[in-house]
Amino acid sequence: MVLEQLIQLRDVYKIYQMGEEAVHALDGVSFSISQGEFVAIVGSSGSGKSTAMNIIGCLDVPTSGTYHLGGTDVSTMDDDQQAEIRNKMLGFIFQQYNLIPKLTVQENVELPLLYGGISAEERHKRAVQSLERVGLADKRRNLPSQLSGGQQQRVSIARALAGEPSVILADEPTGALDSRTGREVLSFLQKLNAEGDTVVLITHDNSIAVKAKRIIRLQDGKIVYDGDARAPEAVVQPLESGEEAEA
Amino acid sequence: MNVSQSFKLAIKSLQTSKMRAFLTMLGIIIGVGAVIVIISLGNGLTGMVEQQVEKVGVTQIYAYTWGQGDGTTSNVTPEEMYAFTDSHPDVFEGITPWVSGGQGVRYGNEEHKKTGIYGVSEDMYRPRTGTTLDGARLEKGRYLQYVDILTRSDVCVVGAYVEQVILGGDAVGKSLSIGGVPYTVVGVLAQNSEELREGSGDDQVFIPYPNAMRLSGSSVVQLYQMTATSRDTVTEAQALLLDFLQTFYHDENGEYFFDWYYVQSMLDQVNQINAMMGIAMAVLVAIAAISLLVGGIGIMNIMLVSVTERTREIGIRKSLGAKRRDIRRQFIIEAGTTSAIGGIIGILFGCLMAMGIGTLFGGMLVQSLGASGITFSATPTLGAIGISFGVSVGIGILFGYLPANKAAKLNPIDALRYD
Repeated sequence: MVLEQLIQLRDVYKIYQMGEEAVHALDGVSFSISQGEFVAIVGSSGSGKSTAMNIIGCLDVPTSGTYHLGGTDVSTMDDDQQAEIRNKMLGFIFQQYNLIPKLTVQENVELPLLYGGISAEERHKRAVQSLERVGLADKRRNLPSQLSGGQQQRVSIARALAGEPSVILADEPTGALDSRTGREVLSFLQKLNAEGDTVVLITHDNSIAVKAKRIIRLQDGKIVYDGDARAPEAVVQPLESGEEAEA
Repeated sequence: MNVSQSFKLAIKSLQTSKMRAFLTMLGIIIGVGAVIVIISLGNGLTGMVEQQVEKVGVTQIYAYTWGQGDGTTSNVTPEEMYAFTDSHPDVFEGITPWVSGGQGVRYGNEEHKKTGIYGVSEDMYRPRTGTTLDGARLEKGRYLQYVDILTRSDVCVVGAYVEQVILGGDAVGKSLSIGGVPYTVVGVLAQNSEELREGSGDDQVFIPYPNAMRLSGSSVVQLYQMTATSRDTVTEAQALLLDFLQTFYHDENGEYFFDWYYVQSMLDQVNQINAMMGIAMAVLVAIAAISLLVGGIGIMNIMLVSVTERTREIGIRKSLGAKRRDIRRQFIIEAGTTSAIGGIIGILFGCLMAMGIGTLFGGMLVQSLGASGITFSATPTLGAIGISFGVSVGIGILFGYLPANKAAKLNPIDALRYD
């Protein structure tokens, strides 16, 4: 069944209490992402994009508002329920790859399947398939430290794919890579999207964000732009309130 | 995530820092090793006591009949004691008075001052087994006979030392001077200890008990040695004997004199020794167990460090869908594996130590006892090994729980951000 709205945030607030002061990391955010979309959530540091990523990734729950993932309300789940959702529906790609150094490439890729209770045989099969997709099947017995940064990031993509998630969530996936390898990783994400995967990219970098089809720009916890990535206003940094536009 | 996966992971994690793993285990190794050594040595000692007792005979009962101590008032006579034991043939096998005749014999011109003189009856010897009540075998000649006792004959049975060293061999028929009276040797007992030594159990002379009473100048017999028919009848025999003596030692006013006699059995002594050794062992094991506790705390400490070091790994695992119980199990199994390996090394180490100590001190101990045919083997029981292993695994799990729980409760966002 194709779910029209895979991700649906409605009036989400995330408020941190810093001593006396209440910080609104997300200040009434609402948006939906449909299956097969490639969305970049963009914003400078402090814009609330990391908080958005944590909430979309089921690593955190909103202070108020609702978040439906695949039709299920996940905004009030406890730790273990969230873990289950992360395992079944989300594939993470991190800036620092976050591979476990003492496990081999294949063992790393198998990890989400292991926690999903998949049999050893099936784990093996799917891990190899996944590694083939990123072109690293021959490196499966290596340790992450024996691979280059770009290769490690591809392993982490393979790990994200192995669990056959509904959403691939990439958090600054090119941040630790040189520009050429970064471009490779981005085009790979585009390829995944072309094959039907839903990709959510979190970044501060406009030049990366434009590789997505749609951009959601956050500033001070609010959405300031949500639309086509090719529209000129998508990459325009909105001015602080009170400032005059020069052009 | 199943147990075997966690186990593999635990082994891998231990392999990455072998030195640290070893140091973590050291407390458990020492604790388990010490427990095994103590239990092994205790078993060795218990076994030795058992052997000794088997040799002497666990069925022996001694009755001390002091009476008032002045030897005047009515005391139980050998005849009365005989009549008593004869009336219970199902529990008593034999009885002999035991009278010390002092020390020292003369052969030719040589004085041997350490030779023990003992007065016994013909019942000291059991023709059925060919041994005395003490378990000594008659090697040559005959034992004292009823007629010797009756007629107070000047005959004696001697130990191996007396025959070979004092009399120069072939003792039967030779004559010894005891208290100035010549005694003819009629029998020789088999050698009792490894080597013949002056004053030992082989340096003894047995004469009819009336003769010994005359020698020591006493008019009453104050010690009887009895044998029960088997180990199982000892307690019953002892009870009957106490009953008999209690009835005997009271006056017309119905006053009982419990301090005029005393009954003791070999079984009592064995039980006492075993109980004492049991307490000593329990205390030692308790002390060794403190080391296990310290080892457990060591494991907890290292596990806490490990959780902090691996915060990021925990974050990654959680982001990939590890539940709290998955993380908790991983760390508990790691702690349990550490202590289990420590336990196994400790058991091996303890067994080796016990063997070493057993060989070194066991030999010395057996030699100092001077008893032949007794061995000391310090071996742990299977139960002790099993319990030590179980306890060490249990300690790992117990002390691993706190760090594991700490890991399980980590917030994935904080853990992922941790450097």
